Amino acid sequence: MRTIMLAAAASLALAAAPDRAAAQTMLAAVKAKGYVQCGVNTGLAGFSQPDSRGQWKGIDVDLCRAVAAAVFGDASKVRFTPLTAQQRFTALQSGEVDVLSRNTTWTATRDSSLGLNFAGVIYYDGQGFMVPRKLGVKSAKQLNGATVCVQPGTTTELNLADYFRANGMTFKPVVIEKLEEVLNAYFAGRCDVYTTDVSGLVAVRASRAPNPADHVILPEVISKEPLGPVVRHGDDQWFDIVKWTLFALLEAEELGLSSKTIEQNASSANPSIQRFVGATGDIGKMLGLDNRWAFNVVRLVGNYGEIFDANLKPLGFDRGINNLWTNGGLMYAPPIR
Amino acid sequence: MRRRSGSAGVGGGAASRVRLSTGDPRLRALAYQAAALAAVIFVGWYLISNTLANLEARRIASGLGFLGREAGFAIGETSLVPYSAADTYLRAIVVGLANTFRVALIGIVAATVLGTLVGLARLSRNWLVAKLAAGYVEFVRNVPLLVQLFFWYAVITENLPVPREAVEPLPGVFLVNRGIFFPVPAWSAVHGWMLAAFAGGVFAAVAYAWWARRRQARTGRRPPVLAGAAALLLLPPAIVWLAGGAPARLSVPELAGFNFAGGAHLSPEFAALAAGLIVYTASFIAEIVRAGVLSVHHGQFEAASALGLRRGLALRLVVLPQALRAIVPPITSQYLNLTKNSSLAVAIGYPDLVSIANTTINQTGQAIEGIAIIMAVYLTISLAISALMNWYNARIALTER
Ligand SMILES: N[C@@H](CCC(=O)N[C@@H](CS)C(=O)NCC(=O)O)C(=O)O
Repeated sequence: MRTIMLAAAASLALAAAPDRAAAQTMLAAVKAKGYVQCGVNTGLAGFSQPDSRGQWKGIDVDLCRAVAAAVFGDASKVRFTPLTAQQRFTALQSGEVDVLSRNTTWTATRDSSLGLNFAGVIYYDGQGFMVPRKLGVKSAKQLNGATVCVQPGTTTELNLADYFRANGMTFKPVVIEKLEEVLNAYFAGRCDVYTTDVSGLVAVRASRAPNPADHVILPEVISKEPLGPVVRHGDDQWFDIVKWTLFALLEAEELGLSSKTIEQNASSANPSIQRFVGATGDIGKMLGLDNRWAFNVVRLVGNYGEIFDANLKPLGFDRGINNLWTNGGLMYAPPIR
Repeated sequence: MRRRSGSAGVGGGAASRVRLSTGDPRLRALAYQAAALAAVIFVGWYLISNTLANLEARRIASGLGFLGREAGFAIGETSLVPYSAADTYLRAIVVGLANTFRVALIGIVAATVLGTLVGLARLSRNWLVAKLAAGYVEFVRNVPLLVQLFFWYAVITENLPVPREAVEPLPGVFLVNRGIFFPVPAWSAVHGWMLAAFAGGVFAAVAYAWWARRRQARTGRRPPVLAGAAALLLLPPAIVWLAGGAPARLSVPELAGFNFAGGAHLSPEFAALAAGLIVYTASFIAEIVRAGVLSVHHGQFEAASALGLRRGLALRLVVLPQALRAIVPPITSQYLNLTKNSSLAVAIGYPDLVSIANTTINQTGQAIEGIAIIMAVYLTISLAISALMNWYNARIALTER
């Protein structure tokens, strides 16, 4: 129901919103209300999930906090809106959230006809399959005729259909909107297979399975899922801010700046660090922010490696392709200059 | 404006000769109407043009072109309309629509039967039966439908075994957490002819009933309508079946790989949604039926028995026709509710219209078009049900001479 309401709200927002020329910039609007409204997952360990004290935790959450740190110099000036896969884009289009940071795959359709802009990649992922160990399945190629649990409105359900078509196999989808309910169905045995991004499988198995050892993740990775933060079309300045906040996290790791060391390193003679912390240059001003924006991001939230280690490592994630390019991974920030 | 109101005044006879002034109430009424219409048109135009401008500015796709594109996602229930991920969004939406129809139709019929039984049970002279029915109504009406759907879904998926450990209550019938599998006659050409024979039988039965009514009016004697109609309905298909060599092969479900194959199959999603809608709506229908029967004055019963009608006949010929008049309008609302409530399907994974339209909205980003399609379809279904029930209501209405 909420999904429909959101879609209807998006329609209304588009119908009633005044002409853009008259509208405030996103940055001004966010500053005026005093916080960043960030769309996150309803509960995916390591990405965004409230902990036992109700604090949101995860790398997607930290990206939101980093944007708040860049804009306000205060990482706590952020509010979270939990969204299902189906709700997320309408929530962003209708202006209910300022940024969507919710394990969302960058695709051509979403980047163009959905009216969205992807601000980069925070986690390089791919889709996988999880099955109960007792089925004895060893490879995705053995899944012909299986019943597969999947969430709607995802790239997952499209890749799933593609994969079975490409391999001449059939399957029965069970499509349920809420993560909670789809997992219940899988763990109750309604489906033989649960499929989503491998990161999601790892997180779900570690945090939701009654007994994690009873479930195996099959070796096949059937798609590319570059996950990253998203903003809506129409405000290039806001797009830049989110994009460069993400790059600042990567650049900090590359420069060896962390939340613990950045204050003492701020006086380093290295010109790249000088520019990064805002001692020289006007990068912050060019973005419409305080010149110490990147310094604040790292001081308050940490660099990419710290965020990864704090949120994903405990669940058993490897850096793998999400390592810096200097360490053989894909993480690469354009020069901040 | 003046001219039109002037001519409208002509019908008013003597009043039309009075010169129209701004104080004329009819002129003012017309002016208000015109102003209201203009305002509505203006607001509509403003919203539409603004929407288009905003869509354009944000470069969000618009239009119905997406309907012809490949959908790319699979759907779990395609028994009524064949579909594969290579088909278009339009076809996917038609599949969703067919699934909505399927659950709504079965739901309406079953809820009516169950509701009527419970409503009559509540009026029963048997204390236990009446109290049980009352308890059912009070309990079911007061628990949110969504919660009931989750309950039914959990009952089915959590309690039934996996396919490899299927329960077989009757030979060939399997209960598993993938649904209910049961044998059906394997299709043969003879079945098509049986269907045709049945259709002919329906025709003949209607004609027979009409003839019987006329004969009763003429001679006062009533030919056995029920028996005659039953024979006309059942005999032709039976004869065709025998003539066709009595094909009796069954398609029996069998465990093949991950799941059962063959036979017919009701999915847990469909079963849970249908059960939820039926049980929930029946509780409202029960109250409507009870109120309808109670609305018929007791004297009608007494008068009927004074004429020598037995209790059953009195109920059928005297009380029920009058009660129906009180029952039909509110029951129409329940049918509409059931149909609209079926959109809760997505919560438990039944691919109804809303679920598929939502997915389409999400994959294409075209929320406005998607919502418009959903609204148009529900509006059409609702108006159709209303029209049908209004027609029925008019037919059973008291005809005064
Ligand atoms: N990356 C994919 C899938 C993202 C996705 O929604 N994954 C699911 C399964 S892990 C999820 O996060 N569900 C949580 C929820 O609905 O709140 C996409 O962008 O479409």
